[in-house]
Amino acid sequence: MRVRATVATAERVLGQLRHDRRTVGLLLVVPCLLVILFKYVYNGSPQVFDRVGPQMLGLFPFITMFLVTSIAMVRERTSGTLERLLTTPMRKLELLAGYALAFGLAALVQASITAAVALGPLGLTVRAGAWVIVVLAVINALLGMALGLFLSAFATTEFQAVQFMPAAVVPQILLCGLLNPREGMAAVLRWISNVLPLTWAVNAMNEARVAAGLTASMLGDAGVVLGCCVAALALGAATLRRRTP
Amino acid sequence: MDEAIAVRGLVVERGGRRVLHGIDCAVRTGTVTGLLGPSGGGKTTLMRCIVGVQRITAGTVTVLGQPAGSAALRARVGYVTQAPSVYGDLTVRQNAHYFAAMYGVPAANADAAVWQVGLREAADALVGQLSGGQRARASLACALLARPEVLVLDEPTVGLDPVLRRDLWQLFHALARDGATLLVSSHVMDEAGRCQRLLLLREGRIIADDTPQTIRDRTGENDLEQAFLRLIEMAEQTEGVAR
Repeated sequence: MRVRATVATAERVLGQLRHDRRTVGLLLVVPCLLVILFKYVYNGSPQVFDRVGPQMLGLFPFITMFLVTSIAMVRERTSGTLERLLTTPMRKLELLAGYALAFGLAALVQASITAAVALGPLGLTVRAGAWVIVVLAVINALLGMALGLFLSAFATTEFQAVQFMPAAVVPQILLCGLLNPREGMAAVLRWISNVLPLTWAVNAMNEARVAAGLTASMLGDAGVVLGCCVAALALGAATLRRRTP
Repeated sequence: MDEAIAVRGLVVERGGRRVLHGIDCAVRTGTVTGLLGPSGGGKTTLMRCIVGVQRITAGTVTVLGQPAGSAALRARVGYVTQAPSVYGDLTVRQNAHYFAAMYGVPAANADAAVWQVGLREAADALVGQLSGGQRARASLACALLARPEVLVLDEPTVGLDPVLRRDLWQLFHALARDGATLLVSSHVMDEAGRCQRLLLLREGRIIADDTPQTIRDRTGENDLEQAFLRLIEMAEQTEGVAR
């Protein structure tokens, strides 16, 4: 893997984002507004915000990076730039790592701002510390990116790519234990939720809320999520074909 | 090496339909060869085979002595698709610098290529805001910057005004004089006269592979458009006899 090609890819992806100011604004502002909204929707029962708040901080980067990556990849495919890149000496790993670097950085900024709003003015408490939340959020962003990249291979238009959001993301949100503890689910759903990466991601966030500092099980959860990222990226790499029919 | 590109018995099927029917042809090193013929005749498919992005059914395609699409060829073969494949939300310069990084060539090559295609003034404009012709040239610059030994250009002059077209053809010949091999497709017959050799592809078959002058002599037509019409009639007659 060449460092220059990887960094250039990340710069290119971020450069495309930068020229789209409105998207940057939406990426950074919308999660903050939603956290604020959530806080005051549960104004009467603050314990709900305290419980679900940290998990939401992990959810936003996952959802936004899933969407942004899948649309970006569909555009790469339909505009012919992906095919062109694959005729150059570029290695697939350089493209994937470049994307991961760019969206990882974008997620870092997004998660830092959202966490600052939630932990500051909104008074959310996370015993493990703000930095743990931000690191976990970036890992979730990478998961969203990796899944978006893989699933985008099955979308031939941007319309389809957007529809993968409810198809691939919403079930994970329903099953991850965010809305309702997983113990209360039908057994089959609980088994399914065990193999969905978002469950582990939300679990880690939940633990960060109560544990003082990093714990082994938090690292274990984060490890599972990173493993899923690598698996999704490997599957995504397999969909980048140099030779097509 | 005499032949930069050698195609033998090439058959391609796309979506169950046979697009190329056993093609044999060669492109000589250091020439500008025109690939002409009506649209839908298989020009783009043949070019895709040469750059190694098309799955082929049968036959071989050899470029610079290696099977088309080999990893070692990726730095030596440039390909410009008909629809400009550059990032519309980046500037011309950003696009060029990005592709320079992908090819692993100095950033100076990128600036030189932007200059070469006459986009120096538009270098800092977003590609998406350029005219179609400028976009096509931005796409061309991103291939030139790698200084490829073989350059495959799919309709590079579509939508350009006559002055720009002349300038680009001069550039193609300058590149060939420096040793590059160019295969340039076009459906505009008046561009055929600018090529050193011509391949005429129709309905997935090569119906002429010669110099423009030989084609004129063989058909007795001075105008290449007329000459091609003659060749097509001749090909149809032979097909008729075969049937």
